[in-house]
Amino acid sequence: MNSARQPALLDLRGIAKSFPGVHALSDVDFTLHKGEVHALLGENGAGKSTLIKVLTGIHRRDAGTMHLEGQPIDLHDPADAQRLGIGTVYQEVNLLPNLTVAENIYLGRQPTRLGFVDRRRMARDARALLAGYGLDIDVNAALGDFSVAVQQLVAIARAADLSARILILDEPTASLDAQEVATMFAMVRQLKAQGLGIVFVTHFLDQVYEIANRITVLRNGRLVGSHATADLPRLDLVRLMLGKELAEIESADHAHGPGRGGLCASFRDFGKRRYLAPFDLDIHEGEVIGIAGLLGSGRTETAKLIFGIERADRGEVLVDGASARLAAPRDAIALGFGFCPEDRKTEGIVGELSVRENIILALQARRGWIKPIPAAEQKRIAEEFVRRLDIRTTDIEKPIELLSGGNQQKALLARWLATNPRILILDEPTRGIDVGAHAEIIRLIRELCGRGMSLLVISSELDEITVYSDRVVVLADRRHVGELRAAEISPRSIMAAIAGTDAPVAQQERPA
Amino acid sequence: MTRHLKAAAPQLAALFLVLLANWIVFPEFFHIRVQDGRLYGSLVDVFNRGAPVALLAIGMTLVIATRGIDLSVGAVMAIAGATAATLVNDGHGAMTAIAAALAVGLLCGLWNGILVALLDIQPIIATLILMVAGRGIAQLITEGQIVTFVDPALIFMGSGAIAGIPMPVILAFLALCVTLFLYRRTALGLLTEAIGINRRASAYAGVNARAVLLVAYAWCGLTASLAGIIAAADIKGADANNAGLWLELDAILAVVIGGTSLFGGRFRLVLSFVGALIIQAMNTGILLSGFKPEFNLIVKAFVILVLLLMQSGASGALLDRLALIRSRPRLAPEGKEVS
Amino acid sequence: MNRRHLPLLVTILVFVLVYALCAAQYPKMLSFRVVGNLLTDNAFLGIAAVGMTFVIISGGIDLSVGAVIAFTTVFLAVALDSWGLAPGLAFPLIVAIALLFGAGMGAVIHYLKTPPFIVTLAGMFLARGACFLLTTDSVPVTHPLYGTLTGFYFRLPGGGRLSLIALVMLGVVTLGILLLHYTRFGARVYALGGNAQAARMMGIRAGRTTILVYALSAGLSAIAGIVFSLYTSAGYSLAAVGVELDTIAAVVIGGTLLSGGQGFVLGTFAGVLIQGLIQTYITFDGTLSSWWTKIVVGLLLFAFILLHRILVYLSARRAAGIAAGGAAGVREQPA
Repeated sequence: MNSARQPALLDLRGIAKSFPGVHALSDVDFTLHKGEVHALLGENGAGKSTLIKVLTGIHRRDAGTMHLEGQPIDLHDPADAQRLGIGTVYQEVNLLPNLTVAENIYLGRQPTRLGFVDRRRMARDARALLAGYGLDIDVNAALGDFSVAVQQLVAIARAADLSARILILDEPTASLDAQEVATMFAMVRQLKAQGLGIVFVTHFLDQVYEIANRITVLRNGRLVGSHATADLPRLDLVRLMLGKELAEIESADHAHGPGRGGLCASFRDFGKRRYLAPFDLDIHEGEVIGIAGLLGSGRTETAKLIFGIERADRGEVLVDGASARLAAPRDAIALGFGFCPEDRKTEGIVGELSVRENIILALQARRGWIKPIPAAEQKRIAEEFVRRLDIRTTDIEKPIELLSGGNQQKALLARWLATNPRILILDEPTRGIDVGAHAEIIRLIRELCGRGMSLLVISSELDEITVYSDRVVVLADRRHVGELRAAEISPRSIMAAIAGTDAPVAQQERPA
Repeated sequence: MTRHLKAAAPQLAALFLVLLANWIVFPEFFHIRVQDGRLYGSLVDVFNRGAPVALLAIGMTLVIATRGIDLSVGAVMAIAGATAATLVNDGHGAMTAIAAALAVGLLCGLWNGILVALLDIQPIIATLILMVAGRGIAQLITEGQIVTFVDPALIFMGSGAIAGIPMPVILAFLALCVTLFLYRRTALGLLTEAIGINRRASAYAGVNARAVLLVAYAWCGLTASLAGIIAAADIKGADANNAGLWLELDAILAVVIGGTSLFGGRFRLVLSFVGALIIQAMNTGILLSGFKPEFNLIVKAFVILVLLLMQSGASGALLDRLALIRSRPRLAPEGKEVS
Repeated sequence: MNRRHLPLLVTILVFVLVYALCAAQYPKMLSFRVVGNLLTDNAFLGIAAVGMTFVIISGGIDLSVGAVIAFTTVFLAVALDSWGLAPGLAFPLIVAIALLFGAGMGAVIHYLKTPPFIVTLAGMFLARGACFLLTTDSVPVTHPLYGTLTGFYFRLPGGGRLSLIALVMLGVVTLGILLLHYTRFGARVYALGGNAQAARMMGIRAGRTTILVYALSAGLSAIAGIVFSLYTSAGYSLAAVGVELDTIAAVVIGGTLLSGGQGFVLGTFAGVLIQGLIQTYITFDGTLSSWWTKIVVGLLLFAFILLHRILVYLSARRAAGIAAGGAAGVREQPA
């Protein structure tokens, strides 16, 4: 590591940023040195992406100081960041697949001669630049013709060439396979050797330990720790991210639901390449299966495969012992599945429609358009659920987008309950909703499984999962890595399974 | 009911104002007289001439509600008119001719629907194909001639009257009622709005978006063909080149005036119908006041501009935009944590 | 040679094929006379189509093209004959007016975030309406310069003539190719049509590019209008009705992706010539009717839209890994 006297490459002190109603960041410090790969980790809402947007000039900080090699800086827009040598590679919206590789690398700064772009020189430069990283591809081909991995490498090459001081990699490996990640890491190491400071955001702990020198963890917009990778064992890291101290997590008392009923559905070797490793899963009647793992570990992916949103490319699903087709949500719904997605706004609610219409939507879709639910019946169903789930709305005709998050969530729950599903998947059902609604939803989960419904509940809240789950499936790095049953279930054992520590129970306690 | 009326207030006020303006420039505007068992007068004219666009607007509303657009309705009108005219001249009965024309319209709509729903082609692109080729097809049917016909039953569709009310008006109202029934008495309306607002969430809730899209485009083709039959019957001939020319644009305008957003979602059939009447009332008013009919185009251009300004979130959003020009453009929707 | 050139290749192949078929049946079509006429007759279409190519590649559409052409012819007829303006003044003036008009449409599209088709539709109404304000009649242009300019041509072997307006079109096409493929502006147009958000992230100023693109299209439409005015020696407010559709068709048949991000000016040129060839063939045949042009063009449109759809589908499948972040591959697009 660099000597302490030399100013850090990048030094952020006391950064704060709020949005209406949310403190996205408060009092966050972050230090990046030359030639270091610094992992920035955190769960949902931790503030990682806000911090990155502050760093890249998309958001303006509300408070705090930023120093680049000892000089104070102030970023107004991405162009400022770029000028100062801060480049970013995002997971998704990235480069332009319709332009050539060379054009992507030099967009906005193409070499010109007499006002015209010198395409030959541009191609030559691009080829030389990529060759420097051992990448030999046709730079005149459209970027979209290459694999995602190559596209990411080109994005990194562009960012490094453009900026060459700080490189921010925001989940660049999310959809790459092991081989591709290895190639990218070779490139990252090379850049690191050239003295760049690299901020690396990822959900893959293996990758953090493989490449990062230092780890900074954010939680709820605050800094919870910054450690050298070597000094931070995995279990501690998971603990930092999830916000648990061992003292407080000693087995919460979990009264489990009724004993298991018969087998309801089973998934065999079910998976999709580059999406989720194949898994086996049996779902019994009246059972709550918790799905735990860090963000990006494959939890939502599991739900989407089971619900037919993503089509599995291997394995099979048996419902009541018979092989079933699962190619679209409609198939899943026909089998009696329901799914409350995590991203309520884009995948759950139909914003301008009323609470009533949102509640009856799935039921209506299943009945088909020709058999409308009579108005009185719609009203009855909606009002019943509004009462039963205590959905706070002045009027069932109010557009659902005007309700609070918790009430939207309950309305979505009502949408599925109205269809009387056999298996209901809840993806982060308590996220972003207030404490009162939170407790009610947990109560509901218990009540539902008491009536024979099977539930798959994805949650980052380990306490919560511990309380209601009969079984917990643990995911990490896009595969199912473990399954805990009744007595084994505790926040500690879940964290151990996430961290990949073998003996979950006999874990040595470590001073924080 | 009061809620519906309240929602309709701007359109009704606009219609009232246009009619009022017409009355001021032409005091006899509201005079209605009965002649040969048929109502005549400028106001009747507004309804009668407005019927084809009103019909197009009905289908267009459904398509726009799905977040789509159908540019081919004018061409479909030409095809339907050509089909009906050619068939009666070949000695088929008027009923056969009309049924065939409607069937052809339905087919055209299905074609668009297949491109949009099954092949996932953007609506504006998908329907452009028929917009270009459709007039050629219509000319193929009429063999390039303006096919005139004398079949009284077919002509009745355009210039006849029942109980004094002109046939086009009756047909347009009938189509409106049937469409209202089809969309509001079944769940189709709800499902259409759902996929128009949030297709992904709707699909996750099990809505069969493809079927809903197919029905919307097919129905749009059907209403367009009815409009085509009326237009042909009205002039007692099928003009493949000019029948329905630019009417797709009037239909879109009528829908937008009716308050249905071009970005899909909630749709209001009755108000689109009112929108078509507003457009026709403006046409009639301009004619009555002695301006050149072409002056209409400029009026329409300004109507579109005003609507665009209003739809982009009224004055507040405009001020926002102006402020943005001066400061830096925002990059991403803020306030949402994505990580 | 790579995949993105495939549609262009197909276009050129179609052109060669169509020409070969024509020539096989009517060997006379294989003459410089026919080629010269093809270029002259389609000059205004070709010029307007170059502008449309930029608009469509940027992810937009311009329905005002025909109306701007008509307005130009009417303006010139009135300006030259009634107002007595010199052509040297009238020509730049109308182009300047059109540039402003296009820039205005671009600004409305960008700042009001409205679909281009509805904005340019208003533009179309406005331009047509403005024609009628000037005159509703077909006004002949009698200015002597028109005779001089239309009389100017290069003689081609076999009695063919390469007229001035054909030369103007070839010039515009050449400049269009340079502008689109060899300037930074051209790359920005592609970037905007490929993915506006990513383009902004990469530092492209979307507003400026949008405004320039629509200004360019309107400006070229005005030049097309000048050419049309020379070609017909008249100004008529109902001239060039539906030309926007012809130009869009030429652009798409030319291998440009109608949803933006991919395309070639050269392809558009070939697309214009293909349409012209079909018309020439029908004229040569004598028994075929003109409407076959529209039907064949419609079929070609369909074929090219389908070709693009298949290419997109194939490349989406190859890059299936992208889908890992959810259904990122199937981005919904507004109409």
